[in-house]
Amino acid sequence: MLLDVGRIVRNSVRETFWVTVFVAAFFAALGAAAPSAGQGGAPAGAPQTQPQPTATPSAASGTPTQNVTPPQAGLNIVVLDPAHGGTDLGARGTGGIHESDIVLEFAAQVRTALEAQGFQVVQTRQGNANPSFDDRSAMANGQRGAIFVSLHIASTGTAGTARVYVMNDMAAGVDATGLIPWDRAQAPFVSLSRKFGDQVQVLLAQRFKGSPAVVQTASVRQLRTTAAPAIAVEISSVTVEDRAQLDHMAPGIADAIARGAAAFRPSYVVPANPGERP
Amino acid sequence: MILPRWRWWFLGALSLAVVIAAIYLPILRRNIKQAAKLQQRSEEQARRELTQPTVINPSDPKVKAKLFWASGADDGTLSAVTVDLPLSSEPVLRAKQVLNTLLAGPVDTELRTLPPDAALLAFYLLPDGTAIADFSEALATSIPSGIESEQMAVDSIAKTLAANVPQVRQMKILIHGQEMETLAGHLDLSQAFVVNANAVSPRADNAGTRPSTSAGQQLTPAATAVKLAASPNNAATKQ
Repeated sequence: MLLDVGRIVRNSVRETFWVTVFVAAFFAALGAAAPSAGQGGAPAGAPQTQPQPTATPSAASGTPTQNVTPPQAGLNIVVLDPAHGGTDLGARGTGGIHESDIVLEFAAQVRTALEAQGFQVVQTRQGNANPSFDDRSAMANGQRGAIFVSLHIASTGTAGTARVYVMNDMAAGVDATGLIPWDRAQAPFVSLSRKFGDQVQVLLAQRFKGSPAVVQTASVRQLRTTAAPAIAVEISSVTVEDRAQLDHMAPGIADAIARGAAAFRPSYVVPANPGERP
Repeated sequence: MILPRWRWWFLGALSLAVVIAAIYLPILRRNIKQAAKLQQRSEEQARRELTQPTVINPSDPKVKAKLFWASGADDGTLSAVTVDLPLSSEPVLRAKQVLNTLLAGPVDTELRTLPPDAALLAFYLLPDGTAIADFSEALATSIPSGIESEQMAVDSIAKTLAANVPQVRQMKILIHGQEMETLAGHLDLSQAFVVNANAVSPRADNAGTRPSTSAGQQLTPAATAVKLAASPNNAATKQ
């Protein structure tokens, strides 16, 4: 096996130079800062740590999550999930549009519309964080009487259309303890998810021409571990030339989700405890 | 004792050299290790490429293969295109042939469902009818991100297998030999997809010419396959 020794040595010299410069700069900065030592306080530009959800898959068995509200009777909680975030930008458009940014802005409008319908809204992320799929699911699984809505922007599809996805039919797992297995948490809720999805999709089809009339099925990872009626709403698309085209869709999307959730409310008999079958 | 000025300079330069050497040597060692590792990886990649023969054999009998690409309606649907292909009767080779043709894409490139730079690295068929399709990283990194586009990609692979390789019951997708949580952030790859619940056993039937009747079925995660296999109505499909 032959190695390019010259290249390796050159690279190492370059790295050594920069490390030395860094070390020198560090000590120089330390010397300059020494007179003011002891004053304390974080630098003005220091990033603020964001509270992260601490929920783990064990929340499926009823462990409450950090930023969820106490369970109440009836369907009154919507867990709203702006997908992606952090280093995961999601779909990327040619004009610098990122799915992770847009869904966060959509979520703000959806939240307002849901609250106007009397729902309490829990968001899986508020800022540019990226909780894991399981952490996001845990926010719904630790609740009683919650539904789950994941927001996405596609890279494909006719611009100005929107689709609702639910999980394919899954075989419900049998657990000796009577709990729903985490990796198939959606299984007992698929038919309810479809009912909820249909309510929303009908409204979207009325509002956005070219959208399908019925809910679509897909193996969406986020939905699989969610033990609640759960849908993913995908809007087309990040490839629009003008970002305003997407922004104009936000009120219609928010209204359809909120009215769909309100229409679904009477048909959902809430399980007695979080994590139980419907 | 006062040292001459030049000796102070000499000692200072010596100390600096020691500090630089202390920084330089570990970096040099790390870079040599990394270079050796990279070279090993590229050799393995070259070996893998050499072990992937060109699977189309013109001497195989030409059959009408059904390949599933985008319908062009921009609504996430697929349509079958019939292509005359020389296909092997051996199921693994046959699967490689149809998947490589699917990856090559249709005449109208707008109808592609898979990225043009994606490649099939390996394909295995287990005795229970489970296919394992190992694709290059480009399948995950070059595909347009989104539920619709990712579902179309998996559907096109699974429906093409269902229509042309009747021995495949379910399919598991790997990316560069690794199990991935999602394809490109949305579609669940941690579970297998049902391709053909009525698949013939790869052991019992090696002819590979029996047409599939389930090419248009809705694909579901493999958990459903377990349910179907256990159902009395599907007793005939048990291995």
